[in-house]
Amino acid sequence: MSEVRYTKEHEWVRVEGSEATIGITKYAAEQLGDVVFVELPENGRKVGAGGEAAVVESVKAASEVYAPVSGEVTASNAALSDDPAKVNADPEGDGWFFKVKLSDAGEVAKLMTREQYDEFVKGL
Amino acid sequence: MTMNKQGRPTAPGTVEDNELPTISGDRGLDHEEGLIFELGRAGMTGVDVPEVQMSETRLGGRRRKGPIGLPGLSEPEVVRHYVRLSRMNYAIDSGLYPLGSCTMKHNPRLNEKMARLPGFGDIHPLQPQQTVQGAFALISELMRWLTTLTGMPAVAMSPKAGAHGELCGLLAIRAAIEARGEKRPRILVPESAHGTNPATAAFAGFTVDEVPATKSGHVDADALEAKLGPDVCAIMLTNPNTCGLFEPRIIEMADAVHRAGAYFYCDGANFNAIAGRVRPGDLGIDAMHINLHKTFSTPHGGGGPGAGPVVLSERLAPYAPLPLLMHDGNEFRMIEHADEASGGAKPFGRMCAFHGQMGMFTRALAYMLSHGRDGVRQASEDAVLSANYVLASLKDVMSAPFGEGPCMHEALFDDSFLEGTGVTTLDFAKAMIDEGYHPMTMYFPLVVHGAMLIEPTESESKESLDRFIHVLRTMALEAKDKRTARFEGAPRLSPRRRLDETAAARNPILRWRPKDDARQAAE
Repeated sequence: MSEVRYTKEHEWVRVEGSEATIGITKYAAEQLGDVVFVELPENGRKVGAGGEAAVVESVKAASEVYAPVSGEVTASNAALSDDPAKVNADPEGDGWFFKVKLSDAGEVAKLMTREQYDEFVKGL
Repeated sequence: MTMNKQGRPTAPGTVEDNELPTISGDRGLDHEEGLIFELGRAGMTGVDVPEVQMSETRLGGRRRKGPIGLPGLSEPEVVRHYVRLSRMNYAIDSGLYPLGSCTMKHNPRLNEKMARLPGFGDIHPLQPQQTVQGAFALISELMRWLTTLTGMPAVAMSPKAGAHGELCGLLAIRAAIEARGEKRPRILVPESAHGTNPATAAFAGFTVDEVPATKSGHVDADALEAKLGPDVCAIMLTNPNTCGLFEPRIIEMADAVHRAGAYFYCDGANFNAIAGRVRPGDLGIDAMHINLHKTFSTPHGGGGPGAGPVVLSERLAPYAPLPLLMHDGNEFRMIEHADEASGGAKPFGRMCAFHGQMGMFTRALAYMLSHGRDGVRQASEDAVLSANYVLASLKDVMSAPFGEGPCMHEALFDDSFLEGTGVTTLDFAKAMIDEGYHPMTMYFPLVVHGAMLIEPTESESKESLDRFIHVLRTMALEAKDKRTARFEGAPRLSPRRRLDETAAARNPILRWRPKDDARQAAE
């Protein structure tokens, strides 16, 4: 049973057991425009909730991607290095950025649900 | 035709589909011009060098095996090549250049004349110091102008441009902090600062912490104060900021920064809004670079190198980098080594091999002397007036997020007036090229959505501004009226149509190779 939550910085996090997969939302990908470069964290790096974890660069701007939850990076999506267009094509699926092993499962509940995020985006 | 994601034609095309192509491939007086390596042929060079008669070589086994691939062209071919390229360029000399935060003002020809005087133009940085006393006197006079205009006691002249000046300022600040026996790893940078500010802080090894903007486009002074602490080394603030607004709480912020034991770096790129009116020293600033190439009219962009002297407060002055220009009562001396420095100077090092951009120093001082202090002030006032005229004339048809009050030297619009039209900021900017204008700064600052930042400078007459405003008004009204033909695929009339920026960023080709090489590589 997986659960997806969202942040105000437009990251999504899908939690499966003690592992979380993180990426940027469809709204973020559309706002950025064509993504041309993605910098991903190395395995084993410890990230804190709200801390910088990755960088995404589009023709318009370079932006930081923050870790929505704390943990240790266990994998990153190497396919994005060769084909950053995946972020635009399927931001909330194939275009995932990295996975972490959760250090505090309680942090997830503090993030927005899909409904709350949609409402948040509407207000922007 | 290849299409990019936005459904715009991206393949270069020099002719309209319904237009009869020319036989030559040129288009009227717009010439298609190849690279000089494609034009040159061995044996076409206009210089005859006799064959070297050499009986023995001392190169050993290092003798060149093949040709080095330099193009061979005659003088008229070389001249034509570069003149044709220059005609494809858009310059302040050919039209209004509204690029925000770049201060593309007119470069007076008097400056050029002065810079070419042999005593300034034909000297070498390694000449004996007694032979360049005039050049030293010029630098000294420029230093006096810069310190007087800014109300700061010292200035480091060697940084070569804005970001280099930022680095110089941060290194001086770090030296001062280290002299106190402290380590402070964090630098605060507001959202509305120039993009080079966080880059400089990161380059100098600091961590960057962002300070948000308020709804009115100013730095959130309360958020700034809350972030201050014993680990904060400095704040880097741009004033006026990239929303084109003066920071009304700047003195309060400077006081808070100083109370926390940190230093206040100001990005002086927008000094053209306040030169002669506001002295940064009075605002509590510790270090600020001055882009001579913006505020004081020396050519930049494709037209010339920058120069970014850094003015320093009393507290930072001892740490100014080498070389230091001194006058011993008799003559000027350029102090090149820390052990020759006197008066408590503790230079943190040096920023570059020599003394700075002499040509830019000459041009900047020529600008200052020909304008006078009142003229510098008037130029700033006129720059602000021009920007406000543009803002006031366009804000009913384009959306100005902070348009309720006056702006400083640049007018900021966002893309909400284009909502629902299918036209984007990029389309709007590209369509300006067809109208004969260089686009404004787009998608920056990031504080607003789809930003368009216009800085007309004081160089434009009212007639020139009226024409520009008329073009933008008409474009905005057409877009709102869903008449979008002129935006789709724009520019239509430039030597190249819209370029595929995405493909260029994803698959950059960074080196030209001759066709033969490419063929060999393929084999």
